[in-house]
Amino acid sequence: MIWAAVLAGSIGCYVAKLVGYLLPPSMLQREDIRRITGLLPVALLAALVAVQTFAEGQSLVIDARVAGLAAAVVALVLRAPFLVVVLVAAVTAALLRAAGWAT
Amino acid sequence: MSTPELPAAHRRRITSTAAGIGVATGAYGLSFGAISVASGLDPVQTQTLSLLMFTGASQFALVGVLGAGGGAVAAVLTAWLLGTRNGLYALSIAPIMDVGGLRRLGAAQLTIDESTAMALAHPDPPAASRRAFWSTGIAVYVLWNIGTVVGALGAAAIDDPAALGLDAAIPAGFIALLWPRLVGRTMWAVALAGAVVALALTPWLRPGLPVLAAGLVAFTASWLVGRRS
Repeated sequence: MIWAAVLAGSIGCYVAKLVGYLLPPSMLQREDIRRITGLLPVALLAALVAVQTFAEGQSLVIDARVAGLAAAVVALVLRAPFLVVVLVAAVTAALLRAAGWAT
Repeated sequence: MSTPELPAAHRRRITSTAAGIGVATGAYGLSFGAISVASGLDPVQTQTLSLLMFTGASQFALVGVLGAGGGAVAAVLTAWLLGTRNGLYALSIAPIMDVGGLRRLGAAQLTIDESTAMALAHPDPPAASRRAFWSTGIAVYVLWNIGTVVGALGAAAIDDPAALGLDAAIPAGFIALLWPRLVGRTMWAVALAGAVVALALTPWLRPGLPVLAAGLVAFTASWLVGRRS
């Protein structure tokens, strides 16, 4: 099942890239296409942030991930690079769990 | 790939910027490798994603949805939807790239945020743009994959990913990808609406589907903005 997702996902993402080289450049003038391709990642990534922070299966929980996310936002505001943002979140969550202050 | 009409200093400047971007994304590949393994993929599956899918947001989304128990279909659809923007990138740089045949197949695989941004940042002459695209694309591809190997094998050696906060690294990765896109009120509104819709649906739908439902927010917002203008 994982392999099917890996391969199907990869093929689809490659096709999306290739299609851009095959379509007539005039498609770029279409305001609706530019708009939706800009908005889709924003809605999906925001949803992923929310779900990966608060969801545990189908229930919503507040645990150490929330503190990790808050720490990540602080790192982003301070213009930290990607790896630092991720590390800060992980370390924050790990420390809170080690201290027994969060699950 | 040879661009003899470009002055050497200009070529070097492009190449060194590309190398810098490659190193930065390599570090980011490290976190992808670790998060993917922590989400339940094995290192070979993880590496296959970096070699074949090669687009960060889609890769993170695929492993994130799978890891949350969302199932293959939702994982693949989310990855595809996030990957559509690369098609728009390809469309916008295709006239400059002017590639056909095998080179077009290679250029397509390297068409991602970083290579497109570099190509568009060096519009003049077109040879500079092409060099910026290829050097950035290749640097990122190589270092992203090296980062993935190291991160995946490192995480595979760890017993309890949650104790190290790796589950908290996943949303942090997504927000780091989202952050630079949050420019202007429309983007903030769409992001908030997407997050709220996904959370509101979480108790009612299988994991993975709430995120896809948030994609509908983008279509609704796009329609609303189009009607207003």
